[in-house]
Amino acid sequence: MITSARQLADWEQKYKLALARAAAQIVVCAGPGCAASGSKAVYERLKEELMRRGSHVTVDYLLENGTPSTSGVVALESGCQGFCQKGPLVRVEPEGILYTKVQPEDVPELLDAVLQGTVLERLLYHDPSTGQVYTNEKDIPFYRDQIRIALQNCGAIDPEDIRAYIARGGYQGLARALAMDSSAVIAELEQAHLRGRGGGGFPAARKWAIAAAQEGPEKYLICNGDEGDPGAFMDRSIMEGDPHSVIEGMVIAGYAIGASQGFIYVRAEYPLAVQRMQKAVRAANEWGLLGENILDSGFAFQIAIKQGAGAFVCGEETALIASIEGQRGMPRPKPPFPSVAGLWKKPTVINNVETLANVPRVLRQGAQWFRKVGTSASPGTKTFALAGDVANTGLIEVPMGLSIRDIVYKIGGGLRSGGELKAVQIGGPSGGCLPSELLDIPLDFDSLQGVGAMIGSGGLVVMGQNTCMVEVARFFMQFIQAESCGKCVFCREGTLQMLEILEKITKGHGTLADLDSLTELGQAIKLGSLCGLGKSAPNPVLSTLEHFRSEYIAHIVEKRCPAGQCQALRRYTIDPGRCRGCSRCVRTCPAEAIAGTAGRPYVIDQTKCLRCGACVDSCKFQAIEVTA
Amino acid sequence: MLAAAAVEMHELVSRILARHKKDPSSLIPVLQDLQDELRYLPKDCLTMVAHGLGISPATVYGVATFYAQFSLEPKGKYVIRICDGTACHVRGSSPLYQAICKRVQLEDGRATSANGLFTVETVACLGACVLAPVAMINDKVYGQMTPEAINIILDELEKEEEASDHICKTAS
Ligand SMILES: Cc1cc2nc3c(=O)[nH]c(=O)nc-3n(C[C@H](O)[C@H](O)[C@H](O)COP(=O)(O)O)c2cc1C
Ligand code: FES
Repeated sequence: MITSARQLADWEQKYKLALARAAAQIVVCAGPGCAASGSKAVYERLKEELMRRGSHVTVDYLLENGTPSTSGVVALESGCQGFCQKGPLVRVEPEGILYTKVQPEDVPELLDAVLQGTVLERLLYHDPSTGQVYTNEKDIPFYRDQIRIALQNCGAIDPEDIRAYIARGGYQGLARALAMDSSAVIAELEQAHLRGRGGGGFPAARKWAIAAAQEGPEKYLICNGDEGDPGAFMDRSIMEGDPHSVIEGMVIAGYAIGASQGFIYVRAEYPLAVQRMQKAVRAANEWGLLGENILDSGFAFQIAIKQGAGAFVCGEETALIASIEGQRGMPRPKPPFPSVAGLWKKPTVINNVETLANVPRVLRQGAQWFRKVGTSASPGTKTFALAGDVANTGLIEVPMGLSIRDIVYKIGGGLRSGGELKAVQIGGPSGGCLPSELLDIPLDFDSLQGVGAMIGSGGLVVMGQNTCMVEVARFFMQFIQAESCGKCVFCREGTLQMLEILEKITKGHGTLADLDSLTELGQAIKLGSLCGLGKSAPNPVLSTLEHFRSEYIAHIVEKRCPAGQCQALRRYTIDPGRCRGCSRCVRTCPAEAIAGTAGRPYVIDQTKCLRCGACVDSCKFQAIEVTA
Repeated sequence: MLAAAAVEMHELVSRILARHKKDPSSLIPVLQDLQDELRYLPKDCLTMVAHGLGISPATVYGVATFYAQFSLEPKGKYVIRICDGTACHVRGSSPLYQAICKRVQLEDGRATSANGLFTVETVACLGACVLAPVAMINDKVYGQMTPEAINIILDELEKEEEASDHICKTAS
């Protein structure tokens, strides 16, 4: 139980000193990417090997035994360290040495190096373009231009140990806030000009001030962890990798607006995030950092966790509120804004996970410190999920105002396929596709709006020449059409119309007049929809129509997909000269479109062929030819 | 037999209702718990839940059909979720999906195979975009999937099923 700022600082020191007594800490990344590439086995092997050599030591042991011991090694699993492409990742502290693609069988050799104080070069990061080898994480180009504020602990600590969070200055922002007047807390945030990271970029302090000004004792604070944007996993990484930063931000926000109850709404597809948040809430309660009379200030705050049930629209704040109330997740008109009448018609502030994770740092280090990073209109940093055709995929956090070019080429290491970039999709289904000419646009809330895109939640998907932009537009429209809640006619029917037209074009049946219909429908949907889902739904189509019109025209006029991706426009044939008649393709074909006699060349029935390309991958003799 | 099943279901619903506040806002958590236990929401249960929470069956039905997580039909023992998020989509999740549907012999428009073993769904982003295309079978994530690789995994699952079936039969 911690009851004062003083005790927090004592704990920070105590834990740091304990850790310093270990010979090293080996931090195995257990983020989603690394976990899927087998980090668990690496961690288990590491513990086994440490135990076998008698050099395993836990933080608890170090805390209880004051005597210096520099022989033991602490092993721990952390949240996402970011460089998912090279996972499983293992970092050795305090030096900050990063090992990549570590396999269980590498563990003994890696441990030898750690115990002898040397470096195992084989597993270090080798830059494929320059051949340079990097020992320290911070020197690697992927990390060099990043600044970690929201992700400062993500990937550095055991997310299930509240003490590890406290040891990194955790809950000190809360202590500072509770020593201030609640209006002074809002003023600090106002000065920092922290804008909402959930997509809109609305200043957090302004929302807080409105809610704080409302009468009455009952107010609510909601943390939006719905993260439905396909291709984004930043909020998930924060909730899984540093849950206490979200809780601390929520308590500070609760104190500022005068709420005593908070909710975390987590997407159903994130079971681990739910578990981690639950565990962290319990720990914070046990330690007196949640519950009654927090840090002896008289302020009380509780947090409950609500799980989403699989509806993208529930990320929209009024739909989210309806969902917590137990209704269908349908948005309602604003005003009244939630900060005036939200959950159960009481004043409610909704903030995104990343916004809230920034709050403790602002309070701990002050608005001036925060404003040193980023641009003056968009201070601070933004996290992005970098994916698609890029060499270094992963989770990144960069200062606002960095250009997309720097992100793709400096951090991302350019295209994975080595080819030329065609577009960067930013902001998911609400965002747009930017062509390479626009890559120098600084990434901040306002610049992107000018070119028909938005930062959105922060999914950043790099697309090479083999991605068809019409198909991308169709993909997003299909997503939105399925997720439209059905309340507004324009959104419900208009998106269906747009989808049908796009499908027609990708199948080679479009007409040039369809392009005008798409623009017209898009504008109508934007005007006629109530919530952000409908208002931004046409963005992917409109932005591709603007920047990649020639691709649409090629589909319509030449019946050709320049990227060779639209299946209906492709033609698969078997080269009889190469085919050995092995029948592998026959067994792979999902449509039973391939026929013939074993030992003789097979033939594809064009009327049955789904154009899925499965046969191409299955053929060992490269006998299947594809024409775009 | 039928009556016994109804009693059992009633008990389950009562047990779950007892864990939550008797309040409309408990509706979604109650349905989530039910679905966890039964892997779907039988229609009779919905009425019981409505009575239990003091709301109309229409409201319960409306909520149960609005959210993608809820299923009014039994799901298979293995739920295969193919990620069709942006990153997976651009790296070939559609052929993967088609191959699986064919492999487990889904009939027109149904998501669950006739033998009740497999349910195939798509999902937007599983948060492992690095390993695109990604599939998830129950709680396990499989990265860099190809139609061939997923067929091998499904072969193994079916073999396991047959083996355990065999054990059950010889034991009884
Ligand atoms: C269709 C739709 C989906 C949204 N999804 C999310 C989401 O997944 N996460 C999120 O934080 N905000 C989402 N938002 C934005 C929220 O409505 C809201 O603006 C945000 O949570 C406010 O937090 P912030 O000010 O801290 O950004 C969505 C908005 C719309 C219209
Ligand atoms: S898009 Fe498939 S895991 Fe993210």
